[in-house]
Amino acid sequence: MPSVKLPRKSTDTDMTPFVDIAFLILSFFIMATKFKPPEPVEITTPGSVLSQKLPESNAVMITVDSANRVFFSVLSDKDKSKYDVVIQGINESQNLNLSPAEMKDFSKVFAVGVPFGSLKEYLSMSDEEQKKVKQPGIPVLDSANNQLYWWILESKKAFVGEKLNFLIKGDQKSKYPTFEAVVSALKRNDEFKYNLVTALDDVPSGSELDKVLKVQGKVEKN
Amino acid sequence: MASIDTGGGDSGHKKGPGVKKAKKLSTRVDMTPMVDLGFLLITFFVFTATMTTPTTLDLNMPKDIKDEKEQTETKESSTLTILLGKNNHVYYYEGQLKVAEGENNFKSSNFKDIRNVILNKKKEVISRYASHPDPECEAKAQKEGKPVSNCADKDFVVIIKASKDASYKNTVDILDEMTINQVRTYAMVKIGKEDQELMDKTEESNPAN
Repeated sequence: MPSVKLPRKSTDTDMTPFVDIAFLILSFFIMATKFKPPEPVEITTPGSVLSQKLPESNAVMITVDSANRVFFSVLSDKDKSKYDVVIQGINESQNLNLSPAEMKDFSKVFAVGVPFGSLKEYLSMSDEEQKKVKQPGIPVLDSANNQLYWWILESKKAFVGEKLNFLIKGDQKSKYPTFEAVVSALKRNDEFKYNLVTALDDVPSGSELDKVLKVQGKVEKN
Repeated sequence: MASIDTGGGDSGHKKGPGVKKAKKLSTRVDMTPMVDLGFLLITFFVFTATMTTPTTLDLNMPKDIKDEKEQTETKESSTLTILLGKNNHVYYYEGQLKVAEGENNFKSSNFKDIRNVILNKKKEVISRYASHPDPECEAKAQKEGKPVSNCADKDFVVIIKASKDASYKNTVDILDEMTINQVRTYAMVKIGKEDQELMDKTEESNPAN
């Protein structure tokens, strides 16, 4: 009986397509990744159904953490001189006697969360020390001493003639009075339009908004 | 592993003694380390990628008006007041607060049920409008190119009152609820003493919830 000879196949596979895909995915992630900016505190924002994009420049960010501490930061990627204008204004209006070096340090600080009294001390620290120290938050709850008002006032002066957005980033667990105090500080500056930073939630199906969006979608398709 | 060894055995022709055969080197490169590294980097980027881009919820606050004459009045029959309490509790009442015996309209709810409460109230307002239409408003809407249906719920107002125990999440959630249910007019108002007391009492009486 003639024996059938099976051709011996190599167990090696050609990995080239596999490698191609792997590197394609890799390059996608490298491009798409945007590293989180350093944050003074971990904030878990609540969700909302609105999918509006967040303005990232020309903005003032007011952060409220879970312990109701308030932090203030200026977001200005294009024009770094805004930081100096803000801190100079604060220095003058509050008579803080900050040295030029300390004022320069302000632009490096991501978010300020200290009362005016300790601002000089905080800014004179080295970067390492600043990270370690626990900031008490800007006092806001006392309406007579709502220091956030001054910060907003000075940043409004710095961004005069430009559009300035007010971002409020609050932690889920922070309490309403702090939020109200932040809003009242903005209101005293005659600012009535704010952006609340939220994470994206799905629109509940069958809800009124869902119907409206569907109608809009149909109109666009036609 | 990933390379194929093509340098075969010496089954070729004989070249005579002393003639050294030049060893054929394989052109294939072992790709395993490269693949390893590739996937290592992929995992790294997958974990560090921040895919959740933050979005914003616009909030417009009115100017504080001290003069009572300038304050906006709402129709009692079309007003729904929502109170935010401790531990994600929600209370609501329609129109004016009535707590008299047998006429209590102060009700307790939660974030799941409040949507139906809002929708029912909205429907009620719209159905009432159907029997008393407002041609003036409709004419105006038509002129401005807005849908006439906007007039039907123009009187519907939701008043949100957050207590000091309400969390920021609750506040955003209820504002979100306004968007979800397409409530056009809503206002955030400072909580009144009466509301607060009533809420405290309700919370005391059923601490289990």
